[in-house]
Amino acid sequence: MIIHQVLFIVFGIICVAGAVNLLVQRHPINSALSLVVVMASLALIYLLLGAEFVAAIQVIVYAGAIMVLFVFVIMLLNAGAEERTRGSQVALFVGVPGMIALAATVGWLLVHSGGQLGGVTISSSSFGETHQIARLLFKDFLLPFEITSVLILIAIMGAVVLGKREN
Amino acid sequence: MIPLSWYLILSAVLFSLGVLGFLLKRNIITIFMSIELMLNAVNLSFVAFANYWNTHVPPGQTSIIPLSGQVFVFFVMVVAAAEAAVGLAIIIAVFRTRETLNVDRVNLLKL
Repeated sequence: MIIHQVLFIVFGIICVAGAVNLLVQRHPINSALSLVVVMASLALIYLLLGAEFVAAIQVIVYAGAIMVLFVFVIMLLNAGAEERTRGSQVALFVGVPGMIALAATVGWLLVHSGGQLGGVTISSSSFGETHQIARLLFKDFLLPFEITSVLILIAIMGAVVLGKREN
Repeated sequence: MIPLSWYLILSAVLFSLGVLGFLLKRNIITIFMSIELMLNAVNLSFVAFANYWNTHVPPGQTSIIPLSGQVFVFFVMVVAAAEAAVGLAIIIAVFRTRETLNVDRVNLLKL
């Protein structure tokens, strides 16, 4: 079980490092590539939780489809390095301390009393296998699943209308 | 065995970094990527709790379906994909009229 914890710590550190790099980089293409690193290591953490299907669609949908869309738009718009402008300072002086205070509170609560929650292991049963998720998706969650198809249709039409040139 | 709180702390750290990116970055595409980072952080806690409920369902709580956390992640990914398509189309439309990606220069709804 020690290998489980080592893998979690390694990929957790890679995850956080990628997220920090996303903030530090000034060019959007570097940020996009570090977001790919975050998503790939999250997929491995999902595998540690026994969620095979979620790990697969994390790589295919997020790291594949969505990030390709991002990189495509960055290249299409020929986005250069971020400009340093001084707009509203409210986000910097109110938002950042507020966020740090919130994160510190949540972190302290989890460190202080998170031990009562117990632990998570890879179960030897067939938990998280694709056929179980398929059964849930097409039985208990059939109506939401069908509604998402309408949502995707609306998103496609919205993207086409917004992307069309006005003339 | 990994404590559940480790996963939740990792999720909280990623979410906080996403909020910080949303507040501090000035490039509209990077701000959009910070939103994706926040969605991923929430997905991580969904998957962690799905695994947790598989082994820790309290007695008498038969209405909890342990795998529903992973199904929720599926729906979050669908919504994120739709959001990315529409959001990037909006970014392209904004760039076409303003010729900039800096959010400080985009302060009017209509030119």
